[in-house]
Amino acid sequence: MQWETVIGLEVHVQLATQSKIFSGASTAFGAEPNTQACAVDLGLPGVLPVLNEQAVAMAVQFGLAIHAEIPEVSVFDRKNYFYPDLPKGYQTSQMYDPIVGPGEVEITLEDGAAKRIRVHHAHLEEDAGKSLHETFTDDTGRAMTGIDLNRAGTPLLEIVSEPDMRSAKEAAAYLKSIHSIVTYLGISDGNMAEGSMRCDVNVSVRPRGQAEFGTRAEIKNVNSFRFVERAIEFEVERQIELIEDGGKVVQETRLFDPDRDETRSMRTKEEANDYRYFPCPDLLPVVLDAAYVDHLRETLPELPDEKRARFQDELGLSAYDAGVLAASREMAEYFEAVKATCGDAKQAANWVQGELSGALNREGLVIQDSPISAPRLGELICRVMDDTINGKAAKQVFQALWSGQGASADEVIEAKGLKQVTDTGAIEAMIDQVIADSPTQVAQYRDAEPDKRGKMIGYFVGQVMKASRGTANPQQVNALLKKKLDALC
Amino acid sequence: MHDKTLTELSASLAAGEFTSRELTEHQLGRIERLDGALNSFITVTPDAAREAADHADAARAQGDAGPLTGLPVAIKDLFCTDGVLTTAGSRMLADFVAPYDAGVVERLKAAGTVSLGKANLDEFAMGSSNENSAFGAVKNPWDSTAVPGGSSGGSAAAVAAGLAPAALGTDTGGSIRQPAAFCGITGLKPTYGRVSRWGIIAYASSLDQAGPMARTAEDCALLMNTIAGHDARDSTCVARGVPDYTAELAAPLTGLKIGLPKEYFGDGLDPAVEAAVREAISVYESLGATVREVSLPHTHYAVPAYYVIAPAEASSNLSRYDGVRFGHRCENPSDLVDLYKRSRAEGFGEEVQRRILIGTHTLSEGFFDAYYKKAQQVRRLIRQDFLDAFQDVDVLMGPTTPTPAFDLGAQKDPVSMYLQDIYTIAVNLAGIPGISVPAGFVGKRPAEGRPVGLQILGTHFAEQRLLNVAHRFQQATDWHLRRPELAEENA
Repeated sequence: MQWETVIGLEVHVQLATQSKIFSGASTAFGAEPNTQACAVDLGLPGVLPVLNEQAVAMAVQFGLAIHAEIPEVSVFDRKNYFYPDLPKGYQTSQMYDPIVGPGEVEITLEDGAAKRIRVHHAHLEEDAGKSLHETFTDDTGRAMTGIDLNRAGTPLLEIVSEPDMRSAKEAAAYLKSIHSIVTYLGISDGNMAEGSMRCDVNVSVRPRGQAEFGTRAEIKNVNSFRFVERAIEFEVERQIELIEDGGKVVQETRLFDPDRDETRSMRTKEEANDYRYFPCPDLLPVVLDAAYVDHLRETLPELPDEKRARFQDELGLSAYDAGVLAASREMAEYFEAVKATCGDAKQAANWVQGELSGALNREGLVIQDSPISAPRLGELICRVMDDTINGKAAKQVFQALWSGQGASADEVIEAKGLKQVTDTGAIEAMIDQVIADSPTQVAQYRDAEPDKRGKMIGYFVGQVMKASRGTANPQQVNALLKKKLDALC
Repeated sequence: MHDKTLTELSASLAAGEFTSRELTEHQLGRIERLDGALNSFITVTPDAAREAADHADAARAQGDAGPLTGLPVAIKDLFCTDGVLTTAGSRMLADFVAPYDAGVVERLKAAGTVSLGKANLDEFAMGSSNENSAFGAVKNPWDSTAVPGGSSGGSAAAVAAGLAPAALGTDTGGSIRQPAAFCGITGLKPTYGRVSRWGIIAYASSLDQAGPMARTAEDCALLMNTIAGHDARDSTCVARGVPDYTAELAAPLTGLKIGLPKEYFGDGLDPAVEAAVREAISVYESLGATVREVSLPHTHYAVPAYYVIAPAEASSNLSRYDGVRFGHRCENPSDLVDLYKRSRAEGFGEEVQRRILIGTHTLSEGFFDAYYKKAQQVRRLIRQDFLDAFQDVDVLMGPTTPTPAFDLGAQKDPVSMYLQDIYTIAVNLAGIPGISVPAGFVGKRPAEGRPVGLQILGTHFAEQRLLNVAHRFQQATDWHLRRPELAEENA
């Protein structure tokens, strides 16, 4: 039987606000446990939440970026359950009236085609603290659980998709799109390793052609693009095998174990909590007037899709180049700065994706950490374009700038004497010397069939370039050599 | 000294008749002598009180005294007080020392008041008799066999007995007005959002409101000038100008239109209470007011709607008492679930557990629409009843409670206890302000009988009008000046 996979994602994005969603405590990552939790985060008796306006603005920006409906009124609800890292015994979330309504995100499939994934809604909520199950023991040596409430109250935007994805690759592409949108907007650092983006994956399978969905399993808390693919692949295989063996998929929550590359059951539907959602009486409904939303719309930065389209249409880049360069805000901004300096989009694209990306990958750096700033790279490209240096010398200059020798391309060119030699007389002198020093090769050239001579000229070019320490203009060397050698025949 | 009103004491301090320290010592002495029998305080803070009094006297000497400087107050033990035990009347918080001051407490401190200590209350403000306190019942100063009302029963009894000239209370479903009525004092529940809830241990967040309890409307006005106003830490606290509540107290009542809700004079109302209230209303007629009957047709749904909404919110608000970080924790829990179950079973009293169960049930899947949603619809209708009535009249009047204070231990059935709040509870659901003023005594036991309260209701933010209407009544009557005879006082 042919099976079709159906996937929906709930992506939790940690918003890059200065302070928590309902308190003034800092949201900075990595502080000593329980040093960034104030009375409100601790849920002390008598405390009250006050909504962080920045979190609202960020959520609305996201909504606008995915062309979503922004409801005028949204409401915070309490989701009630007991857990030690949930100090109030409820999580303040949005169940019935979320801040962002239906929208859509475009993804690019492997064959280059575009597909729209519908977003059901996105809502604001507070994160819980962390339970640390390792490393703690009491006086008698019994294992204990530590609670770190630094994360409690960190603002999250939960983005809930429709079940529109049909493969692990599509799910990963969707997640990458969300990542790229939130980092473009600057509303999240998108750091998956630190938990700034986590996702719950709903997976089901059905016989191809069947209209109704199969029973789904929810895989909780998957925190990397790769794990999302692997978790889905494992889960799809598990469900198909189960059904083909005569079993039934049960609705349940599962956990992905990246070490063993499998998903395991956490709890079934019967064991699920009744969260007893009701509107939080401590918070007023959020009412967004049109002027506020319009203002946010006007201040939206150019988004990945728009940038990709502009790179193709206005700068003449290929779809592939445009896609790669627009994928992250930092990459795109770097590329545009290089382009602004050198004035040539294709050259800028080649250098950023070629020499620069190669060097970054080799050293495991991200583009923000590049030792060569975009204007410096742009200047280097200028020197190639105005024939000050040739391509070979340019690579030397790049290496020198990368390793910090010299502040600019011009300085390196000067110091290393890499300026291209274009003076015909000087080149001819070098050519004459090489011809004089290579009687054997000249004889071979002369004796060869005319159509073989093209290949043989490479030797002489190499010698001349060597003699010029790479600075001779290769096109001139080629042309002059051919003329002089042919004159000898 | 303790026979003076807060306003009179303010004048005496200003005139240098005595110091805040002398006044504070006097009050502390009375608490020491008399509160053993009354049990109106859970915690008395004599050292902090003396220090605050000295500080107030020093400020006054520097010419830096306001109207409340040096005046002693009692604070319901539902308000967090920095460094002071804050129990909410519960075993759950028997050892909880708050690390911060409630917004209202901050304001009172900044105004120079002297806190005498923390007043007894029904556990987590859930009750109408003060019998639900983990720290024992409070006695009614007028009759030690009667309850003082609740949940602000300690605050009311302390003021009535002259242990404190004024107190802070909270009112979620009558918890200021009903004990004020039972103890023969004046108590104002402000409009929801008028006073900050920051630092008040939450019972039912959409209903809780702090307010003053004192001898007179004038005293309440004086306190309102300090406690009312915006607090950015409470999102439901309204950013709206605060008038001088004492400015219009004496305004004449000529032409005042009084509505008498017919539903507040129906079955279940003690005829003697009704007589006292009608007598009070005739006083208003003599002051130039006109009286007409009005209807609040959804009144009989108020108690059921309240007992869905308040427990629902309470069940969630009280989830934080889980034995993990603060509050009571059971001995040697075997696992997490055991920790939760036993800590909460041991820490919460019977009525609190009952309301948590009710609230958990009404919010549950399959019951939410039938209970919680329906109750919210009823709430809107009740609010609309009041808004409609205030189209035609300026204020509404009626009894605060259907009977005078009942005997300790008399209300065995929770539902009959809930019905004690029939006239007060709708006011919280509607969010409007209400005040209870002493309007006579009924019964013969022991000497004067038990106090009766007249309730006056106004539309949202009409506190100034309510205080004016109450004050004019108190200028024409002396019910508010009567003091109970305390057996121990004479001993």
